[in-house]
Amino acid sequence: MSYTKRVDGRKFDETREMEAKIGIIKNAGGSALFKFGDTIAIAAVYGPKPLHPQHLQNPSKGVLRCNYDMLSFSVTERKRPGPSRRSQEISKVSEWALSSIVDLDAYPNTVVDVHIMILQANASTRCAGINAAALALASAGVSMKELVSSVSIGKIDDKIVVDLIKEEEDCEEGEGATDIPMAFTKSGKICLLQLDGKIRPEELKEAIKAGKKACKEVYNVQKKALKGVEGKD
Amino acid sequence: MEISTLTKERIKEFLAQDKRFDGRKLLDFREIEIETNVSKNAEGSCRVKLGDTEVIAGVKIDVTEPYTDKEEEGTLATIIELLPLSSPEFEYGPPRIEAVEIARIVDRGIRESGFIDFKKLCIKKEEKVFSVLIDIYSINNAGNLIDAACLASVIALKTAKMPKYDTKKEKIEYGEWTSKGLPLNENMPLTITFYKVGKKILIDPVKEEGDSSEARLSVALSNNGKEILINALQKGGGGVFSEEEVEKILDLAVDKFKELEEKVNKAVK
Repeated sequence: MSYTKRVDGRKFDETREMEAKIGIIKNAGGSALFKFGDTIAIAAVYGPKPLHPQHLQNPSKGVLRCNYDMLSFSVTERKRPGPSRRSQEISKVSEWALSSIVDLDAYPNTVVDVHIMILQANASTRCAGINAAALALASAGVSMKELVSSVSIGKIDDKIVVDLIKEEEDCEEGEGATDIPMAFTKSGKICLLQLDGKIRPEELKEAIKAGKKACKEVYNVQKKALKGVEGKD
Repeated sequence: MEISTLTKERIKEFLAQDKRFDGRKLLDFREIEIETNVSKNAEGSCRVKLGDTEVIAGVKIDVTEPYTDKEEEGTLATIIELLPLSSPEFEYGPPRIEAVEIARIVDRGIRESGFIDFKKLCIKKEEKVFSVLIDIYSINNAGNLIDAACLASVIALKTAKMPKYDTKKEKIEYGEWTSKGLPLNENMPLTITFYKVGKKILIDPVKEEGDSSEARLSVALSNNGKEILINALQKGGGGVFSEEEVEKILDLAVDKFKELEEKVNKAVK
């Protein structure tokens, strides 16, 4: 028995309904919201601003700091508030994904703080977070080389599927579930790639191609939001 | 201490000609030394040296309550301490992101491969299960702590013995062991991390090469007897990979996995 029909009725290469909006937090230099269906992420950017303590400053380029966390009630079983090992790791990989596109050379001795918060979670939270963060950076007017778009590709039993939901992630039938969050720059470079599960190398190559394609759709939603056009797609 | 820009440039110049300071090829491991049972009191332990890099991993078993979503399965926790005695860059205090990330890479390779049969670590459903605790310590950091930590952990698991368990007191009799090993499957997971420096891809970097790298990709693989599967990936660093580079790394990872598997099987009987 293979995975023939998705639990929520989507096509295998179909993302959930996406929504993107900028300017949702007044205090921030830039901010954005990004939704994959029930997964909702918001992000805010503060800076570039002088980095303290001073010894952390880099005279040749700015520093990008990223912090990812979830509201305690964003998941079914309450998440203890405050950083966990998981959130620390996600903060770091998100920071790496974003630092590849931000022109940090333009901001010596400063820091750009990116704060990502998950309001509601149904898988792919780091991807939604990165999408929101990229929009927040752009709307803050931070000098960027290009945009970054992220999506989670999965293998459920023997099928490659786009934009996993929690129920699919927890699937144990057949070959089980493999979760592969990834992010591409507009020019097609991979700046985030993680994987948990069991997958053949050839299937993984196929998954990466599917991710690249899906990220183009994400990009279109992001672009619309930045242009002030209704970001619903 | 970060390395100088000059050293970085020289490393890149060398790599552009497919050369390394220590004479290795880009896809050569340093000499790998594996020593098992380095601690008498641990359930299992292993010392791994990759050239001058040295780590020790130990396995202890404890009894705990299962997670509510996996009430018939034992648990696994992995921690690495980047000891100040192993490098002037490491400091005391709560684990920093470097340590958190390495531990999570090790953990995911082991967990996702299904190497440990967690169902067999259940003592009483919903109430009591064995927990497997892997502690890794850096003894000398000369680069590539990720792969060294993964290797040492897996071998420590392989050599671990189950401790005696007193069913009446519902406690482990520490210091006494059964003749049984941990419930493990054949598909030993191994992790190989590929580093991108300039346009070149290399493995097992010395510290200076690692510091010169803009991006890395860790690949955890296992062989279930029929085929080799990828169980975990982690891209690190602020740089990017092209799709072609990732495809090349996946192919190389399979070859390197076989090479490393043979070395481990020779070292651990």
